[in-house]
Amino acid sequence: MDDFYKEYILDHYRNPRNFGHLDAPTATAEDLNPLCGDKIRFELQVDGDGRVTDVRFSGKGCAISQASASMLSESLKGEMLEDVARFSQERVLENVGIGISPARMKCAMLGLKVAKSAALGEIAHWPDEAPAG
Amino acid sequence: MIAEPDARAARIAADFPLLAQPTSRGKRLAYLDSAATSQKPQAVIDSLVHYYTHDNANIHRGVYELAERATDAFEGARAKVARFVNAAEPAEIVWTRNTTEAINLVSFSWGLANLEPGDVILTTQLEHHSNLVPWQLLAAKTGAELRYIEVDAEGLHVLDDLDEKLRGVKLVAMSHVSNTLGTIAPLAEIIPRAHAVGAVVLIDGAQSTPHFAVDVRALDVDFFVASGHKMCGPTGIGFLYGKRALLDAMPPFLTGGDMIREVGYERTTFNELPWKFEAGTSNIADAIALGAAVEYLEHIGMDWVAAHERALTVYALERLQPFVARGLDIYGPKDVTKRSGVISFNFADIHAHDLASILDLDGVCVRAGHHCTMPLMDKMGWPATARASFYLYNTERDVDQLIVALDKAADVFKVA
Ligand SMILES: Cc1ncc(COP(=O)(O)O)c(C=O)c1O
Repeated sequence: MDDFYKEYILDHYRNPRNFGHLDAPTATAEDLNPLCGDKIRFELQVDGDGRVTDVRFSGKGCAISQASASMLSESLKGEMLEDVARFSQERVLENVGIGISPARMKCAMLGLKVAKSAALGEIAHWPDEAPAG
Repeated sequence: MIAEPDARAARIAADFPLLAQPTSRGKRLAYLDSAATSQKPQAVIDSLVHYYTHDNANIHRGVYELAERATDAFEGARAKVARFVNAAEPAEIVWTRNTTEAINLVSFSWGLANLEPGDVILTTQLEHHSNLVPWQLLAAKTGAELRYIEVDAEGLHVLDDLDEKLRGVKLVAMSHVSNTLGTIAPLAEIIPRAHAVGAVVLIDGAQSTPHFAVDVRALDVDFFVASGHKMCGPTGIGFLYGKRALLDAMPPFLTGGDMIREVGYERTTFNELPWKFEAGTSNIADAIALGAAVEYLEHIGMDWVAAHERALTVYALERLQPFVARGLDIYGPKDVTKRSGVISFNFADIHAHDLASILDLDGVCVRAGHHCTMPLMDKMGWPATARASFYLYNTERDVDQLIVALDKAADVFKVA
C-alpha cells in the first residue's frame, strides 16, 4: 500500500473520464457509501443488441472511489449489458492496480456496484458485503 | 507550561500497553482517535482478568461468598461512577450498554410517558446520530415537534433566540461536547433557562465525561449519559444518571428478570432504583472495570487531564497553522476555551478518507467521514472531515508525527 496513490489514480481523481450525464440513458443507477459519504451514479446507453454504446458517471468522494469508477467507465464501453452485470471485483482491482486495504474495499467497489446495478435493473450485492458506518 | 504536562502524559502513556505496539509497518503508533474510543490502561485490563479469574458469579441472587463478592464489586463500581459525576446517590446511576442505550431508555420510558402532541423536544444542529434519531422517532410516535438550536459557522451555539426556541419545550436533549467540532456547549446558560420553562434536560456526556470533571448536581441536569469505552473503560458498559424523583416516576424500559419485586401469573411489581431499569443479567465484569477506569482517572486528576488536552490542542493548532496557506481548513470554535481536544479538518482537495489512509501509513490514527453527524456535515457543506482527537496519553510527539504525515500527504497528492 506504499504505492497507494499512483500518479494515474490521482489523474483519474482530478480528471475523471466519462464524467457527466447522457441525454437519454437506457439504464441508470446510483448509490452511496454511508461510511464516507461517497456517491456515484452510472448512466448507460445500450443499443438494440444489448451492447453498451456510451457511458457516463457522476458523483463525489475519495480518490479511490472516483478513480475506480472512472477506470471502470472506460472498460464498459462496447461490453454487452449481461457482461457488465457479471463484471468481477477482481477486474476492478486489476484496473486500480494498487493494494486496497479491507477498510477501503467499499470505496474501490462502489462504482462497480452501481454499474452492475444499472445493468441488472436492481441493486447488486456480493456475499461478503459488510454493513458500513 | 506545556513541557511539564507533556512529560507526565508520556509517563501516563506507559500505562496503556496498546500504545507501545508498533504498526505492521513498524511505525510508532500515534493514536489520535480517542473521541471514537479510548485505549485502556493496564489497571482496567487487570480488573477484567481479575474478575473472571477470582470473582465471577451472578449477582444479587446468590447467598454464597463468591456471589456476594461479585455483587459488592458490581455495586461498588456503581458508587465509584456516582462519585465521579457527583450524583447524590449510587441509585441514580443506571448501567446501560453505552450512551446510545441510555438515551433510548429515556426516550422510551420518560418520553412515551410524558410527551403529547404539540409538545416540543429541543436539541441542536450538532448532535451525534445517537442523540438525534431517538428523538426523531419519539416525536413521530407522540406527535411532538423536534426543534433545533442552531450553530454558527464555527459550530458555536446561537442563543439569541433561545427564549423563542424554548417556547413549549418539554425536553432539552443536547450534547455537552460535540464529537465532530469539539464545541463545548454553554450549559450554564441554557439549563437554567430550560428549567425556567419547566423542561427536563438530558445531556449527552459521551465527549465530556472522559475529558474534564463533570458535576451533574452543579450542572443541575435531569439526565446525563456517557459511555465507558470513551473514558478508559471497556466496551459494552455505559450509564444513565437521572434525578431520583424522575427515575422513580418512570415506567421500566426493558422488562424481565432482576428488575422485579414480585411476579405473579396476573401481575408484577417492579424493583426499586436502580435495578428497575436493569433487566436480565448485567454486564458485571465491564461495570466493575469501568469502576477501575474512573478510579484511574481520579488518580490522575480530571483537572490535569483537561489542562493537558487544552495545552496539546493549542500546540496542535499552532503546528497546523503553516498548512493553512496550502489549503488546510480547520473547523470548530476559534476560541480554544470553547473547544475540547477534537480537531476536524480538510486538506486541499484530498478527500478525508484518502488523507486518513495516508496518515495511517505513518502510524497516525485519525478518523475520516461524517462522524455520525450527517445533518451537521450537510449544513456546513462538508462531504467529510478528518478528525484528530486527544486524550490524557497523547503527547506533542503524537502531534509532531501527524504534522510529518500531513507533509507526506501533501507530497503524495502534489499539494503546492
Ligand atoms: C457525542 C456523542 N454522543 C453519543 C455517542 C454514542 O456513543 P456510543 O456509541 O458509545 O453509544 C458518541 C460516540 O461516538 C458521541 O461522541
